Amino acid sequence: MKICVLVKQVPNEDAVIKISPDGSGIIEDNLTFCTNEPDTYALEEALQMKEAYPDTEVVVCTLGKNTASQILKEALAKGADRAIFINDDTKYNDALSAAKVIANVLSKESFDLILSGLQSDDDGHGQTGLILAELLNMTHASLVVGTEIVDNKIRVKKELESGWFQWAEMELPASISIQSGLNKPRYASLKGIMGAKRKPMDNIERSQVEVVDKNNVKMENVYLPEKSKETHYIEGDSDEIVAGIIKVLKDDIKAI
Amino acid sequence: MKILVYIQSAEEKINPISLESLASAQQLKKEKSAQIHAVTFSSDIANKLSQYDIDSVIHVNDNNLQEYSPLHYIETFNQLSSELNPDLIIFGHTYETRDWVPRLSARLDIPFLSDCVGMSVNDTISYTRSLYQNKINTDLSIPSGSAIISFQSGAYKVDSLKQGSCNVEQMNVDLSSVENKIVNEEKFKETDGAIDLSAADFIVSIGRGIAKEENIPMAKELADLIGAQLASSRPVVDSGWLNHSLQIGSSGQIVSPKLYFALGISGAIQHSVGMKGSGCIMVINKDANAPIFEIADYGIVGDIMEIVPKLSSAIKEING
Repeated sequence: MKICVLVKQVPNEDAVIKISPDGSGIIEDNLTFCTNEPDTYALEEALQMKEAYPDTEVVVCTLGKNTASQILKEALAKGADRAIFINDDTKYNDALSAAKVIANVLSKESFDLILSGLQSDDDGHGQTGLILAELLNMTHASLVVGTEIVDNKIRVKKELESGWFQWAEMELPASISIQSGLNKPRYASLKGIMGAKRKPMDNIERSQVEVVDKNNVKMENVYLPEKSKETHYIEGDSDEIVAGIIKVLKDDIKAI
Repeated sequence: MKILVYIQSAEEKINPISLESLASAQQLKKEKSAQIHAVTFSSDIANKLSQYDIDSVIHVNDNNLQEYSPLHYIETFNQLSSELNPDLIIFGHTYETRDWVPRLSARLDIPFLSDCVGMSVNDTISYTRSLYQNKINTDLSIPSGSAIISFQSGAYKVDSLKQGSCNVEQMNVDLSSVENKIVNEEKFKETDGAIDLSAADFIVSIGRGIAKEENIPMAKELADLIGAQLASSRPVVDSGWLNHSLQIGSSGQIVSPKLYFALGISGAIQHSVGMKGSGCIMVINKDANAPIFEIADYGIVGDIMEIVPKLSSAIKEING
């Protein structure tokens, strides 16, 4: 089986995102980046499939600016076999435009399975893996919390809304988006980190990919969300804060 | 301008979020004289929809559409779209929308702006999305005019919907070319240890800020002292520290207790949609920039490890 895992580089969870003075975008200069957390579950799921089916190749792929190749090295260190780096610093405002570039590159191989995290912590479109299913003529499923490979099919357990679940059986090839929490992503071992240096990484420049960006979506501006409520801040030292909370719990909420 | 609004329904009930998206279309009808066509796959729902101030209801009747089937739904909208040439197709942002509409976007080759939280209509129409887990908003416009939009629950209010009357049109689609390669089985709930949080008056909810499994009893103690249910955001459940049934948010439970006491929760969209309707939201978080403060009635910028134990002992003293 040949599995592709899509990963994305995003700002660290606790990064303070700054807006450029003219409101046209964010300032990335002082940000630190990491692998999009939901993608780490997709990678782990692929690595567990490789352990269950030894004749499996796990390829990790990302599209991003120069520094994004770092997250591919980390995935190789965890056990992926090979990486595809699409070096592209275009700022895409919609998922389809970026997915077309990825689809063009992936169409040169034939994957049985594409795994992706349910969404990215930066843009949060939650679409890329599902769009690839359409562009590469695969079946799809979203928010998957369990997988079973049966013959030439895959059974997936999907997490719907309000506590409902559903199994689906699908033909391969399939592209599925993985819900966070279905497994425990591993850490890279020292041996893995050393071995990663010898693993192959294809470098593909955006200019080599024959997809025209139609600029279908224009970013007008970015800004801090407006507060929808007047927040009353309880301040002071910890004793004063505790007294303030107790007053609210007692007088307003009547919980004490 | 022509708009299709897909009305999702189950067991002859309209999903309220679909009516919210219909309200968004009515804003465009008012301000841009847009034509609105509501699309449903159910004849009962079609009749219910004919009482709203829209231009028509389009009822597509096909056996393949009675239960959710992504590949059939996509082909249906592909055919509707080539027949009707809509400028916008609008959805409520539900699980099904997340599952099939990205593919529809690729089939129609138009962008899909998902999970929008609002729209502003001036000379151009711009759609507001949240970025970076709710930390930043952006307004996006569509130069070509053609797009798919989904609105997050709560972006529009159902009670703003204008009543009226309109005709129901029947439309047929040919789905014989669709190979059913995705076979959905029965839906089910996992009931082991499930607690219905929607009935709780008070909820103490913990997030990533709890840091360690060993710290959970500290939050549980506070919850017990004020008669609250303990709940959490996704990361705590993902770490395996609490049962999935205690998770609040889009993939967990939706709650609106009298008190929602959020400890160390940053407030990503997926969480806040599950609790923003609470009567009183009290927040303790170290990070003054955490998005959850935007919806807080009471905010405390501080360390839960320091404040919560002190608060619990103070309450014990009061209770005697």
